[in-house]
Amino acid sequence: MLNPVTIWRGFLARPNDDRVKVFGVAILVALISSILVSITSVTLKPLQEAHLAAEREARMARMIDALPGMRSVMEELGVDALETRLVDLSSGTFVSGRDPAEFNMQTAASDPEQSVAIPSELDVARLGRRANLAPVYLLERDGDLLLVVLPVSGSGYQSTLRAMLALEADLRTVAALTITEQGETPGLGARVETPEWQALWPGKEVADETGQIVISVVRGQGTGPHEVDGISGATLTSNGVSNMLRYWLGDHGFGPFLERLRQEGL
Amino acid sequence: MTKKLTYLTGPLIDQNPITLQILGICSALAVTTSLATALVMSAALTAVLCLSSATISLIRHHIPNVIRLIVQIVIIASMVVVIDEILKAYAFGISRQLSVFVGLIVTNCLVMGRAEAFAMRNPVGPSVLDALGNGLGYSLILVLIGTIRELFGTGAILGVTVFVPVSEEGWFEPLGLMQLAPSAFFIIGALIWAIRSRWSQQVETPKLSLVKIGAKR
Amino acid sequence: MTELLVASIFHQNIALTSFLGICTFLAVSERLETAFGLGLAIIVVQSITVPVNNLIFNSILLEGAWSWAGLPDVDLSYLKLITFIGVIAAMVQILELFLDRFVPRLYRALGIFLPLITVNCAVLGGSLFMVERQYDFAEAVVFGFGSGAGWALAIVAFAAIRERLRYSDIPQGLQGLGSAFLVTGLMSIGFTALGRIGL
Repeated sequence: MLNPVTIWRGFLARPNDDRVKVFGVAILVALISSILVSITSVTLKPLQEAHLAAEREARMARMIDALPGMRSVMEELGVDALETRLVDLSSGTFVSGRDPAEFNMQTAASDPEQSVAIPSELDVARLGRRANLAPVYLLERDGDLLLVVLPVSGSGYQSTLRAMLALEADLRTVAALTITEQGETPGLGARVETPEWQALWPGKEVADETGQIVISVVRGQGTGPHEVDGISGATLTSNGVSNMLRYWLGDHGFGPFLERLRQEGL
Repeated sequence: MTKKLTYLTGPLIDQNPITLQILGICSALAVTTSLATALVMSAALTAVLCLSSATISLIRHHIPNVIRLIVQIVIIASMVVVIDEILKAYAFGISRQLSVFVGLIVTNCLVMGRAEAFAMRNPVGPSVLDALGNGLGYSLILVLIGTIRELFGTGAILGVTVFVPVSEEGWFEPLGLMQLAPSAFFIIGALIWAIRSRWSQQVETPKLSLVKIGAKR
Repeated sequence: MTELLVASIFHQNIALTSFLGICTFLAVSERLETAFGLGLAIIVVQSITVPVNNLIFNSILLEGAWSWAGLPDVDLSYLKLITFIGVIAAMVQILELFLDRFVPRLYRALGIFLPLITVNCAVLGGSLFMVERQYDFAEAVVFGFGSGAGWALAIVAFAAIRERLRYSDIPQGLQGLGSAFLVTGLMSIGFTALGRIGL
């Protein structure tokens, strides 16, 4: 009587407009589909996360490779990665007692307890909020700073741009700019991610003699050390990059931290 | 046997889903800026189409009519999620570029259309052939557009430079428009024109026609 | 906010620059009146589903959404596609019942278009874009309305052009679908060009 095969046959034999059959089929289809989806998702998740992590590391490595001579300096020092420290953005001091590897700037920025709203007149990068803390990546030799890498972000044309900006020891000369995340128009704004465009950055100066942040991406060909060639057809993405750097190098971004480094060193 | 083959070959040109049936264009055009994305999107859609057609055809006698559409959507959506997750795991870079468009295969009228019009009424074998044929017909158009847009927009195919652009001291001035949305519409329009000039039975008869005033009755 | 609104209506128009909902766009634009009805229905559905999906995604599916229950590692975001399509189908159904009961005139006008909306990529695409671009709730409200309005504007304008086009002498192969694509392309150029306007 309770033979599962008989029950199954009986179920299948029911007419299609029968209420039990309608509910039964609905539940079965939903159940089988959700099991299928969950299994794929769970089994593939480690692989996907490995891709994301590998991508981040590869970007960091590419940026280091883009800096002439940096690898040999690092080999000489016997380090294979930059040192990561957390910085309190408003005071510009290092924070100790928290593991930088576990800090996620993006999630912190959306948590009211770990972030502040950016006053609208300062919010040129149209971010809304920023985290209180930020990771910075340092390379030093005998207490002298060689390189500092800052994570920056801002609104582009249709997506949030995220990038790593490497500054040389004078804290004014760009060593490299690497766009790590963007979702701009393919073929136009998305060209910010190409090595050709990023190769325009090394050697540019972010500030003038007075310390004013003047770096900008201009329309067409840039002239002088403070201007970078824009991407034709993607003025708004180019402006987004300019605004992003203006904000993060300014007083509400890494300004206090850079000022303190200049005054006191590490 | 020949009848079975027509399931496969029919949708390639004679009944092409994009140029004749206006099915499945929605999510297709945005991914044709380069050949690589067009190829991956084609493969993803063809896979989803075959899998969902096979499944739906297999259980077609047991799908109650009242919940027919929702059952189809659930089956298609699950297939899409599975394919999307696989792409994220094994073709990470491309899945980034495809962004939401793999997900949008769910609402691709082509998949729903074939499920409703064919798989619900035919055995598994023909359903899969029909799905494969439609998938390939769709892929054909997508790959064509992808090739044209990438070649003339950047001078390269699959990232390999064919026309050396001016910026690298060649002669080719990349056509920026090709990388923008409108060009996809123009290329499809021109393709339809070409296909219909060759296979004239596809021409739509105009609902109104011009009559010269003063012409002889 | 105004920028987002203007962008979603004009230069990031969901139909003409992201190609979403183009099937329906081409199929239901033979007459101005029907295009208007469908456009209206899309605005309503889009304004409801994008914010609702935003709430569901952020409070149920997102990684860490269950941390209050002691389950901080639960990440259900892979379910977003199925959830969204379910929400859209349910919303359309509820809207249909609601209109039938309370605004029968509008129901008769929109009637046949409502079920079509469930499989309109513009609606699902709107929700997926909302997730990908990480809009908060307020932005989702604005984007939902804006993208719906943009789609409606595009189809109404397109239908008007097509009505005129019927009287023109078009080469045989371009009759119908072919010319429709070319017109859409031209409209797309026009809408994209509006992006140059700074606010």
